[in-house]
Amino acid sequence: MSNLPSSSAAVGQPAPEFTLHSTPDQTVSLAELRGRPVVLVFYPADWSPVCGDQVSLYNELLSEFRRYDAAILGISVDGVWCHSAFAQDRKLHYPLLADFEPKGDVARRYGVYESAGGVSQRALFVVDGEGIVRWRYVSPIGINPGADGILDALEKLPRGGGSSS
Amino acid sequence: MSQLKPPVGPDDHVQGPRDAAIELVEYGDYECPYCGEAYPELKAVQQAMGDALCFVFRNFPLSNAHPHAQRAAEFAEAAATIRRFWEMHDLLYENQQALDERSLIGYATQLGFDQALIESALRGDFAARVRHDFTSGVRSGVNGTPCLFINGQRYDGPRDAESLLQIFRR
Repeated sequence: MSNLPSSSAAVGQPAPEFTLHSTPDQTVSLAELRGRPVVLVFYPADWSPVCGDQVSLYNELLSEFRRYDAAILGISVDGVWCHSAFAQDRKLHYPLLADFEPKGDVARRYGVYESAGGVSQRALFVVDGEGIVRWRYVSPIGINPGADGILDALEKLPRGGGSSS
Repeated sequence: MSQLKPPVGPDDHVQGPRDAAIELVEYGDYECPYCGEAYPELKAVQQAMGDALCFVFRNFPLSNAHPHAQRAAEFAEAAATIRRFWEMHDLLYENQQALDERSLIGYATQLGFDQALIESALRGDFAARVRHDFTSGVRSGVNGTPCLFINGQRYDGPRDAESLLQIFRR
């Protein structure tokens, strides 16, 4: 249902830059993570009523992502206070970014905004250390995509720079 | 897209014939309430299907969300070494509200663990086995718990007995 060109943030293209709040007084920019792979997890909303929902699942997998030195960022249109309550409740150990104002702007620029529902789609991106999109996947909105695709994509990235343990 | 990796093998915990027409794999967490809800449904499915179903359980504890899930899974694996895996599995799901260490030791004693096996479980000797299941789940596209695979394909539909039986009998 996106009315944006499907080429937004296409594989092989530079990932659109953004700076979003992770807490009321902190921001995260994609650019500041240059040099490491970044996993972007767009999801519709905090507080989805299942255990081991997408956000909590990835929280359990941080050690797997760390093996690739990858940073992981959750992004939804929820505001910072909502994110911080949710992160605290689920004991999340990675940042959730508020794509709140202008609402859904980053999701739109990645071509994954669901305008009918006013939320982001469930979409995953793997961005390499140079800021190029290397993999993207949009899941049906009711279906949690799991993490196998992310890990396969991270595995296929050329290993640059730092050595891993 | 999500397929069971690796396929069911000799190290898996299995109920029913390995060559049954339907193979149902559950990735589960003993402290997850949705797994608890699925437990009697899956039992009913097993009962109704009899020898036409092979049921397999793999561990997928979400440790941040559920502080007792990992240790509970380790106790079930410890039980497997004295061939009491399924009894422990059932006890854990039937007592989801009591999975603290003291309760786990109680179930272990009930199932005939000796002191050495209890200590071994408490030491974390079965953690690697649980982690092995967890990693296979991640690679298979497990997207929450419980997560079911029917004949190797992830199943995202309703998990009540009636819905599952309808699929199996199609």
